[in-house]
Amino acid sequence: MSDNTRPLNEDDVRHVAKLARLQLKDEEIIRFTEQLRSVLDHAADVASLDLEGIAPTAHPLELSNVLRADEVTASSDRDEVLRAAPSVADHRFRVPRIVGEAP
Amino acid sequence: MSSLPEGWDMVVGLEVHTELKTATKLFCGCANNFGDEPNTNICPVCLGLPGSLPVLNEGAVEFAIRIGLALHCVVQPSSFHRKNYFYPDQPKDYQISQYDVPINGPGYLDLPDGSRVGIERAHLEEDTGKTTHVGGTGRIHGSDESLVDYNRSGVPLVEIVSGPDIRSAEQARGYAAELRSILIASGASDGRMEEGSMRVDANVSVRRGTEAPFGTRCEIKNLNSLRSVQRAVEYEALRQIAILDDGGTISQETRHWDEDAGKTQTMRSKEEAYDYRYFPEPDLVPVVPSEAFIRQIEAELPPMPAQRRRELIAHFGDAATDAQLDQANAAVELNLDPFIVGAIEKGITPALALARTANELAGLGDDAMSLPKDDYIALLKMEDAGELSATQSKKVLADLVAAGGGDPKAVAESKGFEQLDAGALDATLDEIIAANPDEWARYREGDDKLTGFFTGKVMAATQGQADGKAVNAALRQRRS
Ligand SMILES: [Zn+2]
Repeated sequence: MSDNTRPLNEDDVRHVAKLARLQLKDEEIIRFTEQLRSVLDHAADVASLDLEGIAPTAHPLELSNVLRADEVTASSDRDEVLRAAPSVADHRFRVPRIVGEAP
Repeated sequence: MSSLPEGWDMVVGLEVHTELKTATKLFCGCANNFGDEPNTNICPVCLGLPGSLPVLNEGAVEFAIRIGLALHCVVQPSSFHRKNYFYPDQPKDYQISQYDVPINGPGYLDLPDGSRVGIERAHLEEDTGKTTHVGGTGRIHGSDESLVDYNRSGVPLVEIVSGPDIRSAEQARGYAAELRSILIASGASDGRMEEGSMRVDANVSVRRGTEAPFGTRCEIKNLNSLRSVQRAVEYEALRQIAILDDGGTISQETRHWDEDAGKTQTMRSKEEAYDYRYFPEPDLVPVVPSEAFIRQIEAELPPMPAQRRRELIAHFGDAATDAQLDQANAAVELNLDPFIVGAIEKGITPALALARTANELAGLGDDAMSLPKDDYIALLKMEDAGELSATQSKKVLADLVAAGGGDPKAVAESKGFEQLDAGALDATLDEIIAANPDEWARYREGDDKLTGFFTGKVMAATQGQADGKAVNAALRQRRS
């Protein structure tokens, strides 16, 4: 997506959908390609502005250093949290085994 | 220094993750406590529940800056990004990390051997939960599954990325060891590799000669000890050279180090490489440490290992042997030098304090550091005064460390350790000399090699209760 000159195509949308673990039908790919392209076109309008001499913005709020003291506060009740999980064993969340290691 | 075939050069960079010793997690007030009951330190923020909002921990920022300053880094304004990926150890499906602007920019680390390794960055990020894989013999028949504990999810980490400046497996180990000492000395981390609070990944490539362009690199994961770092880097460089020598090519991939097999194995290839779709974390604002805050942290930074090595060696003056210099380096590397300096200041013979610390205390693992210094010094005092033999002293030390401290006198008594009195020693010597008349004759004629023979016999007969120095003195006395 760093290549600003190339228009977004259906393969890009398939790639992004795969990364987001979304299973899309072909007609959805076509529709989302159009929609995403119009979003990117809008962003391109911003990119066409002359921003010479204007510092990049890291955050829309004019704030920095929002910090909290390193002090322990109460955690959630374990049983209550685990009751909301689909599957539990030994006080832990039980999930299907994922092949391979964490990235 | 390198053991690579003639004409080959290796290029190594290390990525080190270290957990910070904060009381709480990076973005919530849950306790940061290794070893607690599973899922007892969790809340909506570190579980990634909708509507929860992260708030940055001031203590983690301070520790990160300490690490940066100790590594001569540029401490700078920084911001956070989301690194997106799906894996059950990460309940939000993204990890909050620093991307284009880390809190610590370029710096360097000087090794005891005089070489310098550049630091590219040292940034803040959150740790993931702990997954445990259980096999198909579990309660659900025939299924493989994973169990997840989120106590570690959100624990503050600093990731330290070195430049591609390392040129041998020994240097890689030396870098990891010195970095570990610095992290512990800074107070930011406990550096326990076997508990996973410090984790090392190595990027390794090889090239023909020191001027050639860098080759294709592989990333090696699962280096859980300093020894693994050295062995894995050496193995990987030789593996790549063998492939290139055969006319093959290296494919960029992530490889897993198997310590038992002594090999690296493919984990995933570049085609499967993750696309993390980093984007700015909208729920966190930038961190802009003031110059005054940075200078205050700098002023409070404790002495670093390089300085402590110099100070320790100064106690031995010019008389230090090469072996003692090695012992001093080993002691500082393990942050045990305060035990030696403390003992010397209390009047213990410096050579004894150094030897017991670098040889025995260092061999007792991470628990050694938790032994109260006063208990240790009291034990050395007993040995220095001849109240305990070296063998006895080592046994008492092992017990003290296992128990997390105690009164060495009481431990020695409970083990029945009393120094053999002169009469008992004489009687033992009489028996041994009578049983070994030929050796005794040669010893009397001046064969000093037999000193060890007789000392060993006395030690065996007394189960180590005799004091080696007293045995030597008695032998010499009988010869004259
Ligand atoms: Zn939490």
